[in-house]
Amino acid sequence: MSALRPPAAEDTKAEACHLRLYVAGESPKSLRALANLKRLCDEHLDSDYEIDVVDLLEHPRLAAGDEIIAIPTLVRRLPKPMPKIIGDLSDPERVIVGLQLLSKDG
Amino acid sequence: MATHTVQDPSPEGLELLAKAATGIQGLDQVTGGGLPRGRSTLVCGPAGCGKTLLGIEFLVRGIKDYGEPGVFVAFEETREDLIANVASLGFDLSRHEADGELALEHVGIDSSKVVHSGEWDLEGLFIRLGAAIDAVDAKRVVIDTIENLFAAFPDGATVRSELRRMFRWLKDRGVTAIITGERGSGAFTRHGIEEYVSDCVIVLDHRVSEETSTRRLRVLKYRGSHHGTNEYPFLIGKSGVTVVPITSLGLEHDASGERLSMGVDRLDEMLGGRGVLRGSSILVSGTAGTGKSTVAAQFCDAACRRGERALYFAFEESEAQIVRNMASVSMELQQWVDRGLLRFKCARPSLLGLEAHLSSMQDLVTEYEPSIVVLDPISDLLTAGASRDVSAMLTRQVDFLKVRGVTALFTSLDQDLQLEEANQQIAALIDVWLLVTSQEHNGERNRALSVLKARGMAHSNQVREFLLTSQGIDVAGIHGVGKVLTGSARVAQEASRRSDADEDVVAVGTRSSL
Repeated sequence: MSALRPPAAEDTKAEACHLRLYVAGESPKSLRALANLKRLCDEHLDSDYEIDVVDLLEHPRLAAGDEIIAIPTLVRRLPKPMPKIIGDLSDPERVIVGLQLLSKDG
Repeated sequence: MATHTVQDPSPEGLELLAKAATGIQGLDQVTGGGLPRGRSTLVCGPAGCGKTLLGIEFLVRGIKDYGEPGVFVAFEETREDLIANVASLGFDLSRHEADGELALEHVGIDSSKVVHSGEWDLEGLFIRLGAAIDAVDAKRVVIDTIENLFAAFPDGATVRSELRRMFRWLKDRGVTAIITGERGSGAFTRHGIEEYVSDCVIVLDHRVSEETSTRRLRVLKYRGSHHGTNEYPFLIGKSGVTVVPITSLGLEHDASGERLSMGVDRLDEMLGGRGVLRGSSILVSGTAGTGKSTVAAQFCDAACRRGERALYFAFEESEAQIVRNMASVSMELQQWVDRGLLRFKCARPSLLGLEAHLSSMQDLVTEYEPSIVVLDPISDLLTAGASRDVSAMLTRQVDFLKVRGVTALFTSLDQDLQLEEANQQIAALIDVWLLVTSQEHNGERNRALSVLKARGMAHSNQVREFLLTSQGIDVAGIHGVGKVLTGSARVAQEASRRSDADEDVVAVGTRSSL
């Protein structure tokens, strides 16, 4: 799976990757999603990435901006455009394809 | 229970469930007081049946009439679309929003931009909904429509269990909610949601029969409450949704003892000497050219003379034509039009279809508040629908007018069998039935008028000659005993009586007088 290199990869390589994970408190799904995401990023991204976690229980108004209804939802803020990934990110291949993540060794 | 409910004076005396009145005309009657308070009601039906509108009106009436703020969650339409769509019904959503009584929450779901990876739930939707409820302190919530969630998420099982959780959650929040769903083939909703919403399910329908489309509403289930089980027609008119139960409205109106003149002294005499009862329904039926419209116009004229407003629905003639024709019997209707006491509404019923026609008539009656209304002729309505539908619609129209205490006069052209049937069906609704006929006798054709029925009053049993003259309309006195003299025979009789210096014998008709 580390060999995944989507064709669009070259364009996005230069930009910093900014990910936002929407969660609701410390629910098991939310915690699992965060752990899974960190692991994926470590495995597949250069150090040039940023994850911010938005707890909608604390900031409910932020849900409207990215049209969040499902929890957890991962949004790639930069580079754009991109699909949203919902779920606890327990299926890493779909996350990698969905986010068009670069592999570290690529 | 937090709110102590006074025992409803319903015959069952078991009205224990707290209800939230919708404020939607007719719906509260059908549901026995409104939707279950603090619970969710599923409103389902096919596309275009009026689900969204019903939901919006539920919120708007809640704000306006009951001081209950609301939240509208739309998956399909944007905030701007919603505001624009209901503006024509007089609902100013943006004002309610600005006043902090309404929250419009558009939730965009684009399934093409979503990738699934692992377990998820709809907590985000709950949080948004919760925030919106808190923002306006909402007591009412509408979610339109849940089918969009199934379309957006391929994982139907999760959506289903999340929706079940949502219904519980809404109940815990204590809001009265309407959830809308698309009707699927075989089931009431495409995904069987009705199984989860166990408290109240309302089914909307939109059927076309004989080229006339009718919207219908049915309360499929209402736990803990009695409710009307029929399908009730409902309209979307200028002022929103109106559910029209045929049976419940008409029999609760007040009965007035006040009498109204028909504008012809001798006709009033035939009706117990004082004319018809206010708020009654009058049918003037007869063959072509017998002067039905003239009787109707005279009735309007009499009302305007008393300073009351009259509304004349003409299905065959234009306003100018009626005014001109009535001038030939020295009835000056234009003066009443100019003074705002008389209004004409001329339209062919086939133009709109029955329901729309009824709705536009009701809107006008509500707006103009006339004391009398004329429908001339109702037989024309048959061109706009099947006779069963026409009589159902007339029933509703009669009910509608009676409840408002409006006196209604209908004319009907008796010609074919189909009409006889329709007349028979509406006869039960009619309080006073005048029959005008054209009788051929002695080489003349003369008009004759009789009272077929007049509820609650003594009335003449005689057939009188009915005269349209350049001085106005009149009903001739009775001459002779045992037979009705009309035309030249009557003139001859009158002349011979005058020569005897005899007075006209005007028999004030009661059944006992002959």
